[in-house]
Parts: sequence; structure tokens; C-alpha cells
Amino acid sequence: MKLDNAGDAANRVLPPGFAATGDRRQFLKWSGAAAVLLAACDSAPTDSSPATPVFGAAKGGVSDGAAAVTINLSNDVGILNFAYALEQLEAAFYTMVVANQFKGGGTEEALVFSDIRKHEVIHREFFKAALGAAAIPKLSFDFSSINFRARGDVLGVALAFEELGVSAYNGAAQFISNTDYLVIAGKIVSVEARHASTIADLFRPNGKSFAPRAFDLARGFNEVLAIADPYIATAVTLTNVPS
Amino acid sequence: MSIMNLLGGIDSESTTNRRGAIARGGQLAAAAVPAGLAAFARRGFAASTSAATPTIVEVLNFALTLEYLEARYYIMGVDSGVISGRDSRIFTTIRDHEIEHREFLIGVLQSLGATPVSEPTFDFTAGGAFAPFSNYDTFKLLSQAFEDTGVRAYKGQLPNVQSNDTVLTAAATIHSVEGRHAAEVRRLRGEKGWIPFEDPLAPGAVHAVYDGEGNLVQLGVNVGAFEGAQAGTEAFDEPLTMAQVLAIASPFIVG
Repeated sequence: MKLDNAGDAANRVLPPGFAATGDRRQFLKWSGAAAVLLAACDSAPTDSSPATPVFGAAKGGVSDGAAAVTINLSNDVGILNFAYALEQLEAAFYTMVVANQFKGGGTEEALVFSDIRKHEVIHREFFKAALGAAAIPKLSFDFSSINFRARGDVLGVALAFEELGVSAYNGAAQFISNTDYLVIAGKIVSVEARHASTIADLFRPNGKSFAPRAFDLARGFNEVLAIADPYIATAVTLTNVPS
Repeated sequence: MSIMNLLGGIDSESTTNRRGAIARGGQLAAAAVPAGLAAFARRGFAASTSAATPTIVEVLNFALTLEYLEARYYIMGVDSGVISGRDSRIFTTIRDHEIEHREFLIGVLQSLGATPVSEPTFDFTAGGAFAPFSNYDTFKLLSQAFEDTGVRAYKGQLPNVQSNDTVLTAAATIHSVEGRHAAEVRRLRGEKGWIPFEDPLAPGAVHAVYDGEGNLVQLGVNVGAFEGAQAGTEAFDEPLTMAQVLAIASPFIVG
């Protein structure tokens, strides 16, 4: 498959500004006077969405998980559960990728997807164990829009999920109270960034895509969930979203 | 001399020396910590030994010194012509990012009313041990060491800037970009983009850049229990303290 034909899956979930043309915007945002930068940075992770949006409702798809989940983001447990939800999504996706290995990816790609599946399963199981009784239940996912036999579809969605993960952890950092949890988020986000770099370079090996900007994005909770929503069959409600 | 010998050896040697220096009254040997580093290096070592938390300004100047090092390394590397043709775009991308980080941190420090540290003088041969600007393999080796150290350095400072949401978010968004750089350079060298338990530069050896990366216990959870120990170590990057980072960087900083 030609790489140029492979971006559709990514474009379905990539927000405006992610594509190559967004680099400049991001650069400009960061390259002005420090006061402006700091102001921009301050406002970057905020959300303007309604206080308690409901995502994933009334969709068909995989039904082995909960029908509905509410995540209360008023404290660290909620933020860790939010991360747990994202790691569930990534682990489920890569499990599908490895089980339906597309052709034409070469030796490194097969190893990369095998490794990343392991990492995301480990992240998921780590959060489940660390949260214990406070953990949200298993979520249901809907990957019916993805052709897992098409290399471009898989790489595009994988890149979108990794970019989403990086921006989600970066955006959540300032709302984490417990320093140990902040460090854990830091330990995971750089691995997600390594994934994003690797997937991007396999997808578009142009010497630039592996790190499309000098400063990664930091997204707010509602924005993150809205991007993940097309793939989540469980109705996820966020309450007390900090901003 | 190989990097693992140099970094590993210098780590243990300089740690010993500095412990002695600190024990003798907190003065660091001039040869060990050059002028550009001295102001915050003392604070850094003091923090590591007395549990004092470095200030936000000290953390920013620490980060700025690392960005000076990285930016200068890639500026010199790109100018030297040592980089093979198809990889030149990769390293100009990284160079441009490090320059942006450097200028950003200078701006933040000035906006806080603080004085940014000035750029140190670097010796990327580390006293003649390396020839990164005439040997491309060496160039990539040191690049990997600097990038993986950078990831670990920022990670180690996140708690020290937690009180300032703006600085924390900025540090986090630089931190993950360093992770992207590290993965790309590692893959150029035929390594995995992530750090396995085994020392990726010197299998079987432990040295400063990857010291502690084999940790398998996160918040009391054994993360090696799910998909094996190697994947467990790969799935979590570990922080370095300011003192550990300075021990790695010091051989390349001459004044």
C-alpha cells in the first residue's frame, strides 16, 4: 500500500493542527515572548466543553465490557482511572493488530507492534493493580472502522493513539496532586513518546515525522476523550473535569 | 575508550570524588564542575545529599545547560559533515528542536526575573576519548546517550516544578519530545526505540546513562509479572537525579 493513501484512518481521529501544516502553528505559539508563551501554555490544557459530556453512548460494537462508566476527575484516583481507560483502549487495539498482523510491514514493524502491545498491556494491568477496588471496570471498544489487514490503516490509527496518549499525559500532569503519581505519569509518557516516534517514522520516514514539533501537545480531558470516542463503545461520562 | 567505560567509570569515580568533596565542606573541585555549571551544580549536589528541593529557577538553569549541550552538539555535528546524507534531515530536526528548547528556557528564566546561565564551553571529545565529528558511529552513540539522559533528566525534575503548573506543563512537553528524539536515534543505531532491561550500549554492563532502568516495581506493583521482565522495564522509563545527570555531562563540559 502506498503511504500517501494511508492517512485516512489517521485523519479520522487526528484533530486539526496535528497534520504537517500544524507544525508552524505550534512553533509560532511557542516562539514569541516568554510571557506570551507562558500564557499560551497556561491555557493549552483547558477544556471548554460542557461539564459532564457523555461519550460513546448508543453505539454498536464489542460488548464484553461495561455499558456505562463515570470517571470523577476531582482527585488523583479519577485521573489515574482516566489513564487506565486510555491504556485499555491502546492495549485492546494492539492486541487486535498483533492477532491480525498485516502483510508488508517487514521485520522491524512486526517486532515493534509486538513490543508495543506488551507495553500497553503492562500499562493497563499496572493501573488495574495500582487502583485496586477503585479501578473502573473493563471498557468495550469498537474497532469496526479499522481494516486491520491494511498497513496504512493500522499505522495511522496507532500513530493517532500514541499522539493522543502523549498529549493526554502531558495535559493531565498539572492536575495530579500526588508526586509519586506525577512521576509514574512521567515514566509512562516518555515511553508513549518513543512509540509515537517509532510509529510515525515507520509511517512517514521523512526525517521529521518522528518529532513533528519541538514541544508536544498537552490536551485537556474532554478533548482527549472526544478524540478517542469513535473507538469506545462504553458510554464514558466525565465529572468534575479540572481546567 | 568506549562510552561505557568512560561514562561508567566516570560515574563511579566522580561520585566518589564528589562525595569526598561534599564531605570536606560542600566545595566541589573546580576541575570536576566548570564555572558554567557551578552555580546550580552545588545546589544540585546539595539537594541530592540534604534533601533540599532545588528552586524552579535552579531547575530551569539545569535544563538550560542540558539544552546548551544538546544544541551545540547538533549544530557542530551538522556543520561537520559527519552525518550521512539520508540521516541529515533527522539531525537537523533534532538540532532545531534543541535550539527552540534553549531559547524557550532562556525566555522563561528572563520572564521570571532570573538570570539564565551562560553557555558553557563544551569538549565533545571528552578529553580526546571520542571523535564524534569525524566518526559517524561515535556521533550517533553520543547522541543516544545525550537524548536518553535528557529524557531521564527532565523526568527527574518534574516533581521539583510541580508547584508551577505552567513550568510543569512546559517541562512535560519538552520531556516527551526528548523521548521521541531518543527513540529515533536508538533505531538509527539498530536498537529498539525503548530501553530494555539489558544495557543497550553495553550488554551486561551497568553504566551511568542507563543506571536504574531495570526497575520492575512501580507503585508497589511488579510490572514484570504481566508480559515478562524485559517488556516490564521497557514500558517504564526511569528518572535520574540532578547529580546523576551532572556526572554524565561533566566530561563534556570544560568551562
